[in-house]
Amino acid sequence: MQRPIATTRSATGIPTGRLAVWWVIASEIVIFGGVLGSYLMHRLGHPEWSHQSIHTNTWAGAFNTFVLLTSSLCAVLAHQAAEAKDGKKAARFLMFTVLGGLVFLIVKSFEWSHEIHEGFTLTSNTFWSFYYTAAGLHGLHVIAGMVIMLIIMPDVMKNKELQRVENIGIYWHFVDIVWIFLFPLLYIAK
Amino acid sequence: MKIWAILLGLLVVSVAGPFLGIRVVTLITAFGIALVKAYIVAKYFMHINLERKFVTYLLVTMIVLMGLMVGAVSPDVMKHDGARWENVAAKKAVERGEAAAAAGEGHHAEGGEAAPHAAPAEH
Repeated sequence: MQRPIATTRSATGIPTGRLAVWWVIASEIVIFGGVLGSYLMHRLGHPEWSHQSIHTNTWAGAFNTFVLLTSSLCAVLAHQAAEAKDGKKAARFLMFTVLGGLVFLIVKSFEWSHEIHEGFTLTSNTFWSFYYTAAGLHGLHVIAGMVIMLIIMPDVMKNKELQRVENIGIYWHFVDIVWIFLFPLLYIAK
Repeated sequence: MKIWAILLGLLVVSVAGPFLGIRVVTLITAFGIALVKAYIVAKYFMHINLERKFVTYLLVTMIVLMGLMVGAVSPDVMKHDGARWENVAAKKAVERGEAAAAAGEGHHAEGGEAAPHAAPAEH
């Protein structure tokens, strides 16, 4: 198959697709860093937020951390299978990763429904504004990762474009890292 | 699989930390362990150590830029007064939040009312 020059050329020695993912992650560091840094500064300046943060469900957050860590493991196993040129196995592990994302979102939707029902909405208080913004932005990234995995899966299954498994894996692990920081900030620091 | 088990072990520690009720321990088990977990994921799952150094430099640069932003803004956000300024809105938001909690009015009393004034914009 004829590939565009930009796809095959690599000045850095890193395959172009993977390099693009690293650039995406570099920009995401600033995006999430800005949100989490702002949250942290406000949290330290507003001791009264502790009366709000006690209402977040630590167990739901911990379970979701477990789910994301496990889905990251599936992404690693998918990458290993892709390295071994076993597209079917890689696609299967990608599917498990997507399922992990789905479980994460389902737990989140129950959590948010309960919180909104209790009266804690986006505009209730600045703590809740940060809570919904940070977790919502993260949730959108989870959805984006799931969609990309579903898009690449048919080709992967046919042993085509297997390098994409590693690329989406790198992205997924980053989404996992963001949650690793969100969890203590929103659920443990009471 | 071993790395995954270690990460789950660290998760258990970070959840268990606050039960001791010691603030310093909670800070370490929550944020110290978050840093360790992030390092483990970056190294063993993302294999950043096997990638070209360019990537590490790129990501570290972004983290430093983020740190610069936070460091530069933090005195204005975290402090509510200085030599020639006072953040009246932020002080009022703190007072309102504390008063509502003390009165046992819960989040409903504080919600809505606090929101438009909570942002410490007036310096």
